[in-house]
Amino acid sequence: MLTFTIRRLVLAVPTLLFISLVIFGLLMLAPGDPMAQVPLTVPPEVKQKMREALGLGDAWYVQYWKWLRQFFWVEPRVLIDAIFGTEFAAGELRALSWQTRSPIMDIVVQRIPQTLWVVGTAYVVAVLIALPIGIYSAYRQYSLFDNVGTFVSMIGFSVPPFFSGVLVIVIFSVQLGWFPSIYDTTHKVTDWDSFMIQLRQMVLPVMVLALQITAQIARFMRASMLDNLNQDYVRTARAKGLGERVVVLSHVLRNSMIPVVTVIALGIPSIFGGAIITEQVFKVNGIGQLLITAIQANDLPMVQTLTFIFAVLIVMFNLIADVLYGILDPRIRYD
Amino acid sequence: MTDPNTPQQIEPGPGEVQAADVMKVQVPNTPPRSQWAEVWSQFRHHKGAMAGGIIFLLIVLVVFAGPLFWPIEATFIDIRARNQGPSLAHPFGTDQLGRDMLARMMAGGQVSLSVGITAMLLALFLGSLVGVMAGYFKWLDNLLMRTTDLFLALPLLPLLLVMVLLFREPLNAAFGPETGIFILIVVAIGVTSWMPTARIVRGDVLALKEREFVLAARSIGTTDSKMILRHILPNVISPIVVSATLGIANAIITESALSFLGLGFPPDFPTWGRLLFDAVDYMQQNPERVILPGVAISLTVLTVNYLGDGLRDALDPRIRGR
Amino acid sequence: MKLRTLLLGAAAASVMAPAAMAERGADGHVNVIYWQAPSIMTPYLSSGTKDIEAASLVIEPLGRFDQDGNMVPYLAVEIPTIENGGVTEDLKQITWKLKEGLLWSDGTPVTSADVAFTAEYCMHPEGGCAQLAKFEGISSVETPDDLTVVVNFTEPKPNPYQAFMGGQSPILQKAQFENCLGPKAPECTEANFNPIGTGPFVVDDFRPNDVISLSANPNYRDPAKPAFATMTFKGGGDAAAAGRAVLETGEYDYAWNLQLAPEVIAEMAKGGKGTPVSAFGTLVERIEMNMTDPSPSLPEGERATAKHPHWALSDVRVRKALSMAIDRELLVEIGYGQAGRPTCNLVPAPEVYASDNTDCIAQDIEGAKALLDEAGWTDSDGDGVRDKDGKKLALLYQTSTNAVRQDFQALIKQWWSEIGVETELRNISGSVFFGGDPGSPDTFQKFYADVEMYANNFDGTDPEAYLAQHTCEKAPKPESQWQGENINRFCDEEYDALVAELGKTGEIEKRAEIAKKLNDMLTKDSYVVVPLVDRGRVSAHSNTLGGVVLNTWDSELWNAADWHRVK
Repeated sequence: MLTFTIRRLVLAVPTLLFISLVIFGLLMLAPGDPMAQVPLTVPPEVKQKMREALGLGDAWYVQYWKWLRQFFWVEPRVLIDAIFGTEFAAGELRALSWQTRSPIMDIVVQRIPQTLWVVGTAYVVAVLIALPIGIYSAYRQYSLFDNVGTFVSMIGFSVPPFFSGVLVIVIFSVQLGWFPSIYDTTHKVTDWDSFMIQLRQMVLPVMVLALQITAQIARFMRASMLDNLNQDYVRTARAKGLGERVVVLSHVLRNSMIPVVTVIALGIPSIFGGAIITEQVFKVNGIGQLLITAIQANDLPMVQTLTFIFAVLIVMFNLIADVLYGILDPRIRYD
Repeated sequence: MTDPNTPQQIEPGPGEVQAADVMKVQVPNTPPRSQWAEVWSQFRHHKGAMAGGIIFLLIVLVVFAGPLFWPIEATFIDIRARNQGPSLAHPFGTDQLGRDMLARMMAGGQVSLSVGITAMLLALFLGSLVGVMAGYFKWLDNLLMRTTDLFLALPLLPLLLVMVLLFREPLNAAFGPETGIFILIVVAIGVTSWMPTARIVRGDVLALKEREFVLAARSIGTTDSKMILRHILPNVISPIVVSATLGIANAIITESALSFLGLGFPPDFPTWGRLLFDAVDYMQQNPERVILPGVAISLTVLTVNYLGDGLRDALDPRIRGR
Repeated sequence: MKLRTLLLGAAAASVMAPAAMAERGADGHVNVIYWQAPSIMTPYLSSGTKDIEAASLVIEPLGRFDQDGNMVPYLAVEIPTIENGGVTEDLKQITWKLKEGLLWSDGTPVTSADVAFTAEYCMHPEGGCAQLAKFEGISSVETPDDLTVVVNFTEPKPNPYQAFMGGQSPILQKAQFENCLGPKAPECTEANFNPIGTGPFVVDDFRPNDVISLSANPNYRDPAKPAFATMTFKGGGDAAAAGRAVLETGEYDYAWNLQLAPEVIAEMAKGGKGTPVSAFGTLVERIEMNMTDPSPSLPEGERATAKHPHWALSDVRVRKALSMAIDRELLVEIGYGQAGRPTCNLVPAPEVYASDNTDCIAQDIEGAKALLDEAGWTDSDGDGVRDKDGKKLALLYQTSTNAVRQDFQALIKQWWSEIGVETELRNISGSVFFGGDPGSPDTFQKFYADVEMYANNFDGTDPEAYLAQHTCEKAPKPESQWQGENINRFCDEEYDALVAELGKTGEIEKRAEIAKKLNDMLTKDSYVVVPLVDRGRVSAHSNTLGGVVLNTWDSELWNAADWHRVK
C-alpha cells in the first residue's frame, strides 16, 4: 500500500500539470472577455488599452507560463515570507486577479473561514445525519422510517437550493424573524454571545446545504447496506451467535462503506469549492461566490487558480479514497 | 441460492421461523422460468415499484398527451389574464405574462422528462462503463481514473460555453435547431455528470473482483465480457440505481441552469427547472407557481427512485420470493 | 405661554431638520447592500458601476451632477463657465479653483498637484485606465498655485466637464499613488483598496467582492457630517435578496438597483420596513435593427458586414412596421412599473436634448400590416408568416439573459406574429453577450442575429459622444476585431456630417438642436434604433434612513454625507 501511495503521489505531479494545461486551454477557448462588465459607455479603444494592461495581448503559452511561474514559484515563497518574515519573494509579481488587481491567494485566504464555517459544518452535519439514516433505513427496509426517510431525502435532493434557500429565508427571516438572511463575513467569534450570533447566521445556509448532502449520502449508504445485509457472511456471523449490533455495525457496515467513502471523498473537495448557489442566496461570499463572480467577469487568473486548487484536492482525496478501500477490504490490492 | 433471511425476519429471531421459511420456499410451486421472467414477476410484486411505475406512466401520459386535449398553447400570451390564481379557465393559474400554467407545465414536462431521462441514461452508461473498465482491468485503471479526476476538476460553466461555441452551429445544421439543441443539452449534461457514478462503481468492482464467486467463475474459464455482464454488473446495480435517481433530479435542474447561459432552449420554451426558477421571485404572491414545478420534479424523482428500488430488489436473487 | 410656543417651535424645528442639529457620527451605524459586490475602490482600474459608487464614498471629484443633472461644485469653489471666466472663449482651456482648507483623510492638505497627478495617473499610456475617455483631448494640466488647476485641450472642447467631474473621475492623493503609475497601477493593492480621500467615509477594511467596512472621515470638510459613525457596505446575492433585506426584514438600510418586476417590488414594500425610490436618467432599453445580413450561409468575414445589406431590414418600411407593432406602455407596466417610461427617443434626457417625438407610443397593428403589404411582404402560402420571393419573414431576436428581457422577448414575439413576422428567440449569458471576444459568435457587437435588445446610456449630461457612436466608421467589422459602437452598422453621410458639426458647436441651444436632429435620424426617420423604455433606477431605503436623494446622473451615494437616522 505504501509503494502504491508513493507511486500515485509521484504520478499526481504530471497529472496535475496536464489538468492545469487543459483548464487553461478551456478558459482560453471559452467565449468571454474581461471587459464584458465594463459599461457600454467606455469606448472600444479604451477597452483595448485595458485588455493590454491585463496582459491579454500575449500569446497563450506566455500567459500559461506566467501563471505556472507565479503559482509554483512565487506564491510558495510568499507563503514562506509570510510565515518566517523572510523576503524571498520581494519584488516578484504575484498572480493578480483581473477584477480586483490584488493577489489571488490573499483573497482565497480571506474567503476560507466563511467557507469552512458554512460548507464544512453542513458537510459534517450531513454525514452525521446521513449515516444513521442510511443504516437504519436499510436494516428496516420498507418500514415507516425507511419510507419517510426516502420521501424526505428525495424531495430534499430534487428541490434546488435556489428555491429552498429563498423558501427558508421567507419563512425564517421574513415571517418569523428568527435568523438573519444575510451572512456577516466580518463577524468575529470571541466569546459565547458572538458564538451564538455566528450559529444563528449559519443555521439557514447549513440547513439548505445539509439537506442536499444528506439525501445523497443516505441513499448510497442504504443501497450498499442492503446489498450486504443478505450476504452469506452476515448469516455466518449471526450463526456464530454475535449480537445484532455487532453484526450490523461492524460486519455489514464496514463492508458497505466503499461506495460511501467514495461519495464522501468526492464531496470533501467541494467543501473547499464552496456551494455556489447557496452562498449566493445567503450572501456568504465564500470560495463558491468567488469562483462564480470570477467566471462571470472572465477573470482568467482567478478561475484558473481556484480550479487548479480544486483539482489538487480532487486528486488528493481520490487517492485517500483508494487507500481507504484497501483498509476497508484488505482483499483489494493495487500492486 | 435462495435465502429468505431478510433482516426483518431475523432480528432477534429464533431459529424455527427461519427453518420453516426455508422449507416453504424450497418447494417449487411454479415451473422453472427464464431469468428475465423471474425478474419481472419479482418486480410486479414490489408494491413501491408498481405504484411508482404507474404514477410515472401517468406523468408521462399527461405531459405528452395532455396538450392534445388542452386548447391553450404554452407560449400564448393573454395579457389581460396576468398573475391569476387557479380558476376554471386556468386550473393552474397564469404567469406574469398571462400564459397558462397548465399548458406550460405540460410543455415543460416534455422537455424536462426527455432531457432528464436521456441525460441520466447517458451519464449512467458512461459512468458504469468507465467504472467497470477501470475496476476490472488493472491496466486501464490509472488512465481512466486520472481522466475522471480531470473531468471532476474542469470548471463546468466555461466547459459548457466552449461546447456551445464549438457545436451549436454544426448540430443545428445537421439536425435542425430543436433536435440539435436537444442533443447538445443531453450531451452537455451527460458528459459533465458521469464521474461520481464511475468512481462509485469502480470502488465496488474493485471489491467484487476479489470475491469468491468471481474467482470461482474465473477458474472455470469465464471470459472477461461474460464475467462483466453476468457477474460484475448485476452486483453493482444498487449504486447505479441510486445514481440514476439522483442523476435525473440533477439533469432537470442543470437543464434550467444551462438556459441562463444561452445554451438551452429558446427563452420562451418552458421547462420545469426554468418555471421553478422564474417563479422564485413570485413565491409570496403566487405560491402555486413554485409549488407546481417543485412537486412535478420531486414526484418524478420519487417515482424513479421507487422504480429503481423495485428493479434492484428484483435483480437480487437473495431476496427473491419474499 | 410664549415660552411654551417657543419650546414647541424649537422641538418642531429639530424634528424637521435633524441633520442640521446632528454632530458627526451621532447616528451610529448604517448598512448598505449592493447585490453586485465591489472589487476595487478606484474607478480608474474598473469602470463597473458597483466600484464607482463604492469609491464615491471615499474619493471625490471637483464637481458632481445633482439629481436633476445640474453641475454642483464639490472640491471646487464653483463650476467654471465662459460667463464666470473659468472657460476660455475658444473652448480650449478650463480653470478650476479648489476650496480652501480641504484636507485628505490623513490630515494633509489637498492641493492642485493632486488634481494634476490624477490626470497624469489616468493618462499614462501603459496604465490601462478605465476612464481614459474622460481625459481625451487634454494636452496639459498646469498648476499655477496650490489651489488653481488649468486644463488645456488640443482642440476646442464644447463639453469640458469630463475630467474631474462626476463619480467616474475623482481626485487621487498624489502622495499615496505616486509610485503606482502605468504598469505599476495594479501592484498598489493597498492604495487601490484603501484610497485616502476627501469624502465622508474612510475604508477600515476592504474585502474584495464581499464587504467593505467604513467609518466617518475625521477630516471631512463639514464638521457636522456624516451623521453615521460607521458603515457596512455588503455586496453579493441578487436584487431580490437585497430588496428583501431592506423592505421585508429591515436588516439593511439601503439597497441598490432593484431590477425586479414591479409587482415583486410592490409585494416586498408591503413589508413596511422601507420605501422604494426611483429616478430617471438616460438609460434606454432598445431594439437594434441589423442593417447587414447575418445569415450563417454567408462566408465568415462577410457575414454581418456592410458587404451584404440585410434582406428585409434594410427596408425602412419593415423596420417601421416592427416598431409599430410594439405596445411600449404595456412593456413598461410589465417590466419596470414606476421605474420605466415608454420612449421613442435614444436621448430621453436631459430636457434640452430630448426630442419631442412620441409617434411610436401608440401600438398600431393594422398600420404595421399595411406597411408590410406595401413593402411587398405578403403571406402568399397562407401559413401565417409573410414572405417575399420565396423567403419567409423570420427573424432571430437575441438579447442577454435577464428575466425582464425574456418577458419582453416573449411579448414582442407575440406582437410580431400578429403582423405575420416569425421570430426565433435567443438569450445569451451577459458575460458573453457584452464581452468583446472576437472568437465568440454571440457578442452583441458581432450581431449574428437580425434584431437584438439591450440598454445603453451616456455618462454625465452631454450626448455628443453617445450620438457619435453611429457614424459609418464605427461599425464593428472583422478588420477591427469586431470592435465598434455602431452596432447596427447604420451609415449615413449626412449623419456623419452633422456629428462633426456638433463637435464644433459650443452654444447649448444649437447643440441641443443638432442632438435632437441626430436622435430623430436614428429613431423616427429611419427606425434603425427602436427605443422601447426609458429605464429609471429603483433603489430602496429603510424608513429610518433619511436624506436619500436618488441620483442617476452621478453615483447613487453622492450625498451619503447627508444621510442620517430618522428618529
